[in-house]
Amino acid sequence: MSTHRRKKLSALAVAVLPIALLAACASGGGGGGAGGDAGGASEDEELTLSAFDYYTDEPSHTNMGNRLNECAAEVNATVEHRSVPSNQYNQQVLQAIQSRDMPDILMVNNPDLPQFAETGALRPLTELDIDTSAYYESVLNVGTFEDELYGLAPNVNSLVLFYNEAMLAEAGVQPPTTWAELEAAAAALTTPDRYGFVYAGQAGTEGTWTFIPFLWSNGGSQLELDAPEAVEALEFYTGLALKGYVTKDVVNYTQADAKDQFAAGRAAMMINGPWQIPSLNETEGLEWASVPIPVPNAGDDVVAPLGGELWTVPVTDDERERRAAHIVECLNAPETQLETALQNNTVPSNEEVAQQLIEEMPEMASIVETVATAYPLTGDSGTKWPIVNEQISVAIQSVITGQADPQTAMESAQAIVSAE
Amino acid sequence: MTNSSLMGDRTSVPRRAGGAAGDAPRPPADSGARRRTLRPRTRSALVTWAFILPAAIYLVVYFGYPVVSNLTMSFQDFTTATFFTGEAPWVGFDNYTAVIASGLFGKLTANTAIFTIVSLTVTFLIGLGLALFFNKYFPLNGVLRSMLLLPWLLPLIISSAVWRRMMEGETGILNVVLEGLGLSGVSWLTDPNIALYSIIIVNIWVGIPFVMVILYGGLQEIPKDYYEAAALDGATGWRSFFSITWPLLRPVVVVVLMLGFIYTIRVLDIILALTGGGPANATETYASRAYHLSFVNFEFGRGAALSNILIVVSLIVAAFQLRANKRASDLAG
Repeated sequence: MSTHRRKKLSALAVAVLPIALLAACASGGGGGGAGGDAGGASEDEELTLSAFDYYTDEPSHTNMGNRLNECAAEVNATVEHRSVPSNQYNQQVLQAIQSRDMPDILMVNNPDLPQFAETGALRPLTELDIDTSAYYESVLNVGTFEDELYGLAPNVNSLVLFYNEAMLAEAGVQPPTTWAELEAAAAALTTPDRYGFVYAGQAGTEGTWTFIPFLWSNGGSQLELDAPEAVEALEFYTGLALKGYVTKDVVNYTQADAKDQFAAGRAAMMINGPWQIPSLNETEGLEWASVPIPVPNAGDDVVAPLGGELWTVPVTDDERERRAAHIVECLNAPETQLETALQNNTVPSNEEVAQQLIEEMPEMASIVETVATAYPLTGDSGTKWPIVNEQISVAIQSVITGQADPQTAMESAQAIVSAE
Repeated sequence: MTNSSLMGDRTSVPRRAGGAAGDAPRPPADSGARRRTLRPRTRSALVTWAFILPAAIYLVVYFGYPVVSNLTMSFQDFTTATFFTGEAPWVGFDNYTAVIASGLFGKLTANTAIFTIVSLTVTFLIGLGLALFFNKYFPLNGVLRSMLLLPWLLPLIISSAVWRRMMEGETGILNVVLEGLGLSGVSWLTDPNIALYSIIIVNIWVGIPFVMVILYGGLQEIPKDYYEAAALDGATGWRSFFSITWPLLRPVVVVVLMLGFIYTIRVLDIILALTGGGPANATETYASRAYHLSFVNFEFGRGAALSNILIVVSLIVAAFQLRANKRASDLAG
């Protein structure tokens, strides 16, 4: 009888074992994060801060980790650096916010700043001791949400018009500076073997932000899509595809696809960003150059969207925030900016450093010029950006695929944006 | 230690039994006996539950919790700020009304229906054909059959990327071949009227191995002597298929169709990788739209509402399939 009981007891133990293991795993998993602790550290204590970004590629990941730790050493801290692929990044950050397991230093892709800042999880940098005098105003705008500065971007980028020098020379075409010149050039450069021009038009952000320079340079706004300026911009932009100077396949092209077409000689000009430069330089026999994106009329300012990754300081405790702010400021130091710019083909957000960059890398001149008058991608739509983004993308695609004319497309886009 | 506690139990028995007798007019001996007989029984019940518990906890944590929180989320104004503040005001059915009244809902429903029904039907027919084919003995049968599993083994994101290249309008291999044959190319992914069917083609390609493997397993279970006996009576070919194979394969067919339906209606990765829902929403289904609402537009309440609609539709269809099968097997039995 006693052995019988003991058997049952051990059976019970076996049955419960998985639960115990599960519980052990669950409690073991929570130790990773650093943020949120109410205790607060003293000034001279060494701290381990955590940083979160999406630089998963090498060498970016290692470079970033080293840079973070160099900066952290100045404030007696080390950094635990974690990178998550960009397509899972926002979900991961939101989860971290929800579980109060926030990193001390958080990278935010600029279009997402309004969403994250709105949560209240980010500390305004103006409340921390940071000097912002040397930055381009446009760069500070990128990190600003509702008049508070939340993030600093050491380096920024934007869009320019790349062109194939050999093809333009052969056709006797000058690099275009206005819309009329762009259309004439695209027409002259289109042959049976290639298109004159190409841009990204895939559903989603890449397709939308290639169009934004046309919208903004024409005086349009993301929140007044049915205004004549916006309709005119869409009509011009999609017209290039409808007239056959741009392949209609662009409705499924990412910026990388557009670059591939350009690099392969199947398009003579493209709208793209400077991050494509390394790949263009590696393409044998390709002679390219770039100019700012053409504007409606000669003399207009080109207003292109400004992109870049911002470094922000999530709300933790005073001491951690103080040191994190220092690291963010250090990441933005001129030497770091120039080094990053040269490595990643981006524009330093410090004006003087940007001029230095042009001396070392003349092909970046057009992009540096563009950045000075650029405007943050979500600057006029703020937290409405996601819906604006989606509707602009649908409008572009329905016009190119012949489902709507620009006027109707923009009216229905605006109707949906207004209804939000 | 075990011994002493058992001893303690034993000594406590008469006292408690006496107490119980004092409260209620029950014979003390009976109560004591009941206690003694109950103990092992409660213990074995306890053991039973202890074995069920891990599975139950797993279900509650990984299935119950997400379903319930998805349900509550769909009745809340759940934004990114909610993640930090925890504030999500109740909005009743607003999310559902917004999703259904959005003007896109009709298109989503049509796309989801076409995508699911066409994918599943064609996948099933081809899968069944291949399973019947491989059920015969011929050289290299095993090699060919394992090669057909390839689509299943490749990560979807990779095969989708390859398909996207192949379906490229200007330089994709499909159009190059078509044009080489003197036919005109097709705007596989860029024509709003065609893109959905292009995605269906890819989905069929991905789904065939699954259907084939399960049906092939079912066919192997059918005893060969049935066919021999039928052949003696002159039933071969279609006749033997409809009189032997199909009825005996039916339970497997039901499982394949039900799993296939559930797998197909929630397909997301292929759509995102091939068209991202475009051009102009032409390839958006319930699943891809729910993803876009939640994780691109950050409208978590609406995303949850749409995915709940998706879950309800799946449940209804699954229930119908199960009932239809039960009736059929009742009739057969």
